[in-house]
Amino acid sequence: MLKEVHDIVIIGGGPAGLAAAVAARKAGVQDILILERDSSLGGILNQCIHNGFGLHTFKEELTGPEYASRYIAMVEEEKIPYRLNTMVIDINENREVTVISRENGMETIQAGAVILAMGCRERPRGALNIPGYRPAGIYSAGTAQRLMNIEGLSVGKEVVILGSGDIGLIMARRMTLEGAKVKVVAELMPYSGGLKRNIVQCLNDYGIPLKLSHTVVDIQGKERVTGITLAEVGPDRKPIPGTEEHYSCDTLLLSVGLIPENELTRGAGVEMNRVTSGPNVNDQLETSAEGIFACGNVLHVHDLVDYVSEEATLAGTNAAAYVQNRRSEGEAHPVTLKAENGIRYTVPQTIDMEHMNDKVVVRFRVADVYKDRYVSVYFDGERVAHRKKKVLAPGEMEQVILKKEELQKYPDLKEIVFCTEVE
Amino acid sequence: MEKRELICIGCPLGCPVTVTMDKETITVTGNTCKRGEDYAKKEVTNPTRIVTSSVRVNGGELAMVSVKTKEDIPKGKIFDCMAEIRSAAVEAPVCIGDVIIENCAGTGVSIVATKNVNRGKA
Repeated sequence: MLKEVHDIVIIGGGPAGLAAAVAARKAGVQDILILERDSSLGGILNQCIHNGFGLHTFKEELTGPEYASRYIAMVEEEKIPYRLNTMVIDINENREVTVISRENGMETIQAGAVILAMGCRERPRGALNIPGYRPAGIYSAGTAQRLMNIEGLSVGKEVVILGSGDIGLIMARRMTLEGAKVKVVAELMPYSGGLKRNIVQCLNDYGIPLKLSHTVVDIQGKERVTGITLAEVGPDRKPIPGTEEHYSCDTLLLSVGLIPENELTRGAGVEMNRVTSGPNVNDQLETSAEGIFACGNVLHVHDLVDYVSEEATLAGTNAAAYVQNRRSEGEAHPVTLKAENGIRYTVPQTIDMEHMNDKVVVRFRVADVYKDRYVSVYFDGERVAHRKKKVLAPGEMEQVILKKEELQKYPDLKEIVFCTEVE
Repeated sequence: MEKRELICIGCPLGCPVTVTMDKETITVTGNTCKRGEDYAKKEVTNPTRIVTSSVRVNGGELAMVSVKTKEDIPKGKIFDCMAEIRSAAVEAPVCIGDVIIENCAGTGVSIVATKNVNRGKA
């Protein structure tokens, strides 16, 4: 059987895949193919109809569909081919991509380079172990968002939301605007997982209470949700007896975290990271499998789409250099990046000092809410950066830029540690 | 004299801001930049928001088209605008920027489409 061959195959036509494709084309790669399982490009942005996107990328405030349309227009203008309703079911370490579609059945595509841009999905109810029946009326926040904004369906009238992730906050406002009564947003942690401005604009504006250190301990109703029981949790995150409160409602939305969608990545035998649930990558955003790159929410969950576009542009540019054999020769000098003391992870996880770009953006998230703390960087035990931050919060991604010239002052550099410090 | 505690939404920092209002003067403290002062002053005198929603499409490839107020509208008008948005419907095709409702709820601001929806079967 004659196998289809393409220089760069991009898995996913959301914000990451689109930006990666445009960047690869601008770097001179003609033969690119985007594979998208949905019936349109744009990914999750199509249902994120609220505004606040693009302040960094386009210097104006756009809604999700508008942001997506800008990148779709670039892909169309560059005449980059894409296939819709096409699902990738396997990738192997030789970069053979197996796809299925209604039109063509099963096919295998040989890719010169693969860019993983599959995004993430919501943590489902099953992962939470909430006791109670399994009636209708329990949705992940993103599912409710799709039903309302794309399919035009009504989701519920009296709503409780568990989890204060951004999608949950956005949906609290959205459902209120559509005439529903959102009674409370409960958050297990003592801080919100969402952006502060979303708490102001989505909850405070509409008088929706946010109960921190609270969780759902019971769901009532057999056919449809009729109510839930909320309880306060202690520092061990276990419910405190006697604090139970009943709320009648017909709908429970869950906004309890996002998980990078990496079944294909694991299938390709790529080395994974336990904290991000994404692949480990080097400064080129290349995984442990040569020629397989990753960007966007499949790599680690982002707070702003603008950073996804930026990261994907880098992955597209680097994948182009790989297929054009433009990568410079010379022995690699790998440096390990480690996250410690309040910093949960870094992306990338390694830097090749020999081949790195002049600047590498290291992105990370912190483990807790910190005030007036320093973010410090150590090169083999020597502190080289020490920057005070007024506020650090787990819901917001942070970054530090490393310069090649600074790394090269340490010719034997082996390890870079990122940590927070009180002073 | 009236005091109000706000959280600035100008950037992800989210500074806690205190606004003190006299008959004539408004003083802002707690902000760390000029944007915080501007936001707080507007928030206590004439708070505004961009409203986003979706409108039913007839004969389109999608059932709904996403929309927004072309500019920010007074906060107090949000639900009046929503009432008009919720009862509106448009015929496909719709393009980004198309005016769906003119002068929504007497605000002088139009509701515009934020998505392209071609003709087709939803």
